[in-house]
Amino acid sequence: MFNVLEFMRRALRHRSFVVGGLLTTIMLGMAALSVFWTPYSPTAINVRKRLAGPSWDHWLGNDPFGRDVFSMILVGAQNSIVVGMIAVGIGMSIGTLLGLLAAAKRGWVEEIIMRLSDFTYAFPVILAAIMFAAILGPNSINSIIAIAIFNIPIFARVSRASANVIWARDFILAARAAGKGAVRITIEHVLPNILAVLVVQVTIQFALAILAEAALSYLGLGTQPPTPSWGRMLNEAQAMIFRAPSLVIFPGLAIVISVLGLNLLGDGLRDLTDPRLSRQR
Amino acid sequence: MALLDVSNLKVDLRTARGSVQAVRGLDFSLQRGETLGIVGESGCGKSMTALALMGLLPDNARASGSISLHDQNLLAMNETQLSQLRGDRMAMIFQEPMTSLNPLHRIGEQIAEPLRLHRKMTPRQAHQRALDLMDRVGIPNPSQRIDAYPHQLSGGQRQRVMIAMALACEPDILVADEPTTALDVTIQGQILDLIGRLVDESGMALILISHDLGVIAETVDRVLVMYAGRAVEHGPVQDVFARMAHPYTRGLFAAMPRLHEGVAAWPRPALPTIAGIVPDLHDLTDHGCAFAPRCSLADPRCGAQTPPNTALGNDHAAACWHTDQTLAEKIGGQPA
Repeated sequence: MFNVLEFMRRALRHRSFVVGGLLTTIMLGMAALSVFWTPYSPTAINVRKRLAGPSWDHWLGNDPFGRDVFSMILVGAQNSIVVGMIAVGIGMSIGTLLGLLAAAKRGWVEEIIMRLSDFTYAFPVILAAIMFAAILGPNSINSIIAIAIFNIPIFARVSRASANVIWARDFILAARAAGKGAVRITIEHVLPNILAVLVVQVTIQFALAILAEAALSYLGLGTQPPTPSWGRMLNEAQAMIFRAPSLVIFPGLAIVISVLGLNLLGDGLRDLTDPRLSRQR
Repeated sequence: MALLDVSNLKVDLRTARGSVQAVRGLDFSLQRGETLGIVGESGCGKSMTALALMGLLPDNARASGSISLHDQNLLAMNETQLSQLRGDRMAMIFQEPMTSLNPLHRIGEQIAEPLRLHRKMTPRQAHQRALDLMDRVGIPNPSQRIDAYPHQLSGGQRQRVMIAMALACEPDILVADEPTTALDVTIQGQILDLIGRLVDESGMALILISHDLGVIAETVDRVLVMYAGRAVEHGPVQDVFARMAHPYTRGLFAAMPRLHEGVAAWPRPALPTIAGIVPDLHDLTDHGCAFAPRCSLADPRCGAQTPPNTALGNDHAAACWHTDQTLAEKIGGQPA
């Protein structure tokens, strides 16, 4: 069914998969690098260099406090990825569990789960995060919780829809005829067959979570100073957009690159895992 | 005491146009080692009967009446009790071997699954038993094939895998729902021979569902002809095929192409068909014979009163008012 070599060969011919993979690797690499090394400390203030443009010493220039923008973007990548991973991880685990449960049980269980999903889905993420921040105080944990909660219905819907398709397949009936219960069928037959769909959804949700985190930080509801974050860098830079445009451009580019990269990767994965779409793009 | 006893089995389906009965009061019983064939057109309720036996009816269907296996009423059992019986005491083979195996699991694992589930075998024991089973169902090179994925096997091979899975726990009863329909004719024969041989060897009971009279004639001892959810004729295969008492059975038989007739004649005679179409289940009423609108022998009584089962000797019976007429006409096949 699944030939790794064959998959790799097809993958390397798929343009958006390759570009997306490359951009995502750059982002992950930046985050990984920043754990061990940054050119300067992202919190070190150097007043003499304030608002300096890009130079040999400071590749991407300095911010109003003279902090090194390159170092801040590196650490900001780490922050975005951690928030995205935890939020999407929680959303996926709970959402998929609910979706599989709905597909296995049908009837009123399915009805309740899906209507609750619709209900949650109806709230805009940002508004809900503002609500969370107002109640619990603004910090990165609360922004993770807010993003996670709004990932739950998405994964619940996707997994229920794909699981329903699998449940209607003949081999499920055959598995039931062999005496398997709903739990075993879900784990052994349904989940492996919807994994490809979930992986694609994860990459797309990851991109959206990074965007949501940047938006929340931009509004001051996410990551708090002094931890660098792309969204807040944009916020701090907007007052000086004409004096120091590079302060807006570089964090903006970082967000664009990571979101674009993840979206292209998700697109590519979807094409590659769906045999009906296995034409080159 | 019979192994399987089905009495007054009814299956109700909820549809967009209201409730319909797909199976309308079916009775039969089966002894250990006995083989029963159920024939009928599409939509006559034969697959619903099979699914009701296994407790695998779709969500919108409900069975009533009684199905007792070893004197336990299956219809009164909950899902947990049923799943303990399924795959262990009763097993099923499906029509589509191409889609009835999980594409992501190796066939060895799938054959071993019921053993691990019901016999609590260790992976090693189950693996060994899976090899034996593959050998028994005639898959060449079991030790190599056991690690194959379903897409690496042909349709016939996959049906053999399905049969191995069904036989793993040596069930008392095997339900085969059109097991050869999706296979080409040479493979059909092999699979039927295999099922027949395995049934003989293990002494289990077989219910073979088919729309193909040839398949039925070759494989089973007794036959039950279904029309619109009812048994219209049943009895030992030889008796039914030699003296077809129900006009529907005769129609089915006449509609079979034969090699030895009409080959020389030109233009070839058209294949006889049964006039009309299968009635819409929504339109069926409880009184009268469901076949009457399509029957050449129908009279007003057929439309008004449900014909009783007329016994014709040797456990052969037909639900028709006109059995005296049909038998007098001596229309029937050569003993199969």
